[in-house]
Amino acid sequence: MRDIKFSKATRQAYGEVLTVLGETHPEIIVLDADLSKSTYSNYFQARYPERFINVGIAEGNMVGIAAGLAASGKQPFASSFATFLMSKGFDQMRQSIAYPNLKARFCGSHAGISIGEDGPSQMGIEDLALACALPGFTVIVPADEAAMQSLLPQVLEINGPVYIRTGRIKSAVIYEAGTVLKIGQASVVREGRQLTIATMGLMIGESLIAADLLEQEGYSVRVMDFHTLKPIDIPGIRYMAENSEAVLCVEEHLLDGGLGSIIAREVAKIRPLPMDFVGLTDYAESGTPEELLKHYGLHAVNIADTARKLLKRLRS
Amino acid sequence: MRTIIELNSLAKSIRRDIVKMIAAAGSGHPGGSLSLVEIMVALYFGDIMNHDAKDPKGKNRDRFVLSKGHAAPVLYAVLAEAGYISKDLLPTLRKLGSPLQGHPDLRKLDILEISSGSLGQGISVGIGMALAARLDHLPGKIYIAVGDGEINEGQIWEAALFAGHHHLNNLIVIVDHNGFQLDEANRKILDLNPLADKWAAFNWNVMVIDGHDMASVHGALQKAGQSAEKPTVIIAKTVKGKGVSFMENNNKFHGMAPTETELSQALAELE
Repeated sequence: MRDIKFSKATRQAYGEVLTVLGETHPEIIVLDADLSKSTYSNYFQARYPERFINVGIAEGNMVGIAAGLAASGKQPFASSFATFLMSKGFDQMRQSIAYPNLKARFCGSHAGISIGEDGPSQMGIEDLALACALPGFTVIVPADEAAMQSLLPQVLEINGPVYIRTGRIKSAVIYEAGTVLKIGQASVVREGRQLTIATMGLMIGESLIAADLLEQEGYSVRVMDFHTLKPIDIPGIRYMAENSEAVLCVEEHLLDGGLGSIIAREVAKIRPLPMDFVGLTDYAESGTPEELLKHYGLHAVNIADTARKLLKRLRS
Repeated sequence: MRTIIELNSLAKSIRRDIVKMIAAAGSGHPGGSLSLVEIMVALYFGDIMNHDAKDPKGKNRDRFVLSKGHAAPVLYAVLAEAGYISKDLLPTLRKLGSPLQGHPDLRKLDILEISSGSLGQGISVGIGMALAARLDHLPGKIYIAVGDGEINEGQIWEAALFAGHHHLNNLIVIVDHNGFQLDEANRKILDLNPLADKWAAFNWNVMVIDGHDMASVHGALQKAGQSAEKPTVIIAKTVKGKGVSFMENNNKFHGMAPTETELSQALAELE
């Protein structure tokens, strides 16, 4: 079994990389809604206090202010917890950001159930469905520090709005420092022939462990990181569909409107394959991150179980 | 600069454009467009706003945000009069392919500052513009028109709290206080009074004026933005449907086009 290393949370990597980008990009303005110590936008504040705005606990107002800044040629990055940002700021994102197609960037932290003890009111599990529903949005989920270092600078060049999802807990180290990823292009993190696990974020580490478990049983499993949900990587899906017998989508998000639904739509068009989906169907509860991932079926063991059933379906 | 008499005459001509374009579209919002006319005319033609149709994105310009996006006809009529768009476009309002969408759309009409239509968002957007101007040491002021029904929205008060706290003295909000919202009179749905006290309590500089008395409107707009400390709100008491007798205070014309006969009568009254 592989030894997965854990390193800093993607939210912390976001704060660090954004602060570095601030040096060479004076047009970056950072906003937060009274959670800057949790989203790590406070790193930027410490370095560039004149370009940091804490709007208070008013997410809708924050998104509107970001729109005005973007319409004035600034490059705003507004952060909060994923659920507060996307749910409370949704109409503002629709009317004042997506509809005029402004270059505003949003970072939702504390995504998924792995935030743990704070419980479901704080867990962002609808954020990706909401962000992906908005025309023109680019939606990314960097898996670890190296992914953030590679992907966040590319966000600056995107000519439209962007949503970036980060997590609370330490992330499994998927990529070596200096790895080059490209927004819009999925990354094969483990090759295999029979089954492809299409996943992202924190679930990549769990999927890699699951793939190792399955390999011991004689299955050949590929794991792909779909760090960009929108626009989805069509050539990547084509590669996966043409070189797999089945696809399993795994996500720390509600199944409705998440990565699985996007991939299923494209697989159906390219080469329909047997598929299954691991994700959430309801609000979770308080507990440790480890307990919650197991209890709600997002642990490597659960992923391997679902994969096994899918592979057996192929043989029957 | 135009005289008050000239501005009033221009207001009448803008009102004619509004009723004509809504009649041609067969739908639209005459009531809340007509109530905003003097304010818009003073802003664009009374030497209040620093703007130039030949350089619509000039960096020192003042900006106007129509937060109450359903009053788009008055904005389009004024933009046409000021030379930003051709007057020939006005009859295309709300028609397929027209840049003059039912509510303002920045992507279809790029001289606009922002898209609007979902109520309550314009002050926040204006704050972003005001902060950007402040950061870049630009002189631009931001003018935002909101409806009185619109200020039912919670986001308005989030924005009011923020602008007061940050002393955004380059931000000027005009409340088109015509007393009605879609369903009924404000006071029957959510009484706004004491409205001036509410804004004052949020640390705004408050003026209350007759929104159809051009001299008052012009005077208030001239004074607005001169406070060193505070954002300014002008509560303009207006009449919904102003200028057309059968539309005045008749909430049927919140969102209904005049018939052909009604249009003729309206135009006759606006001669």
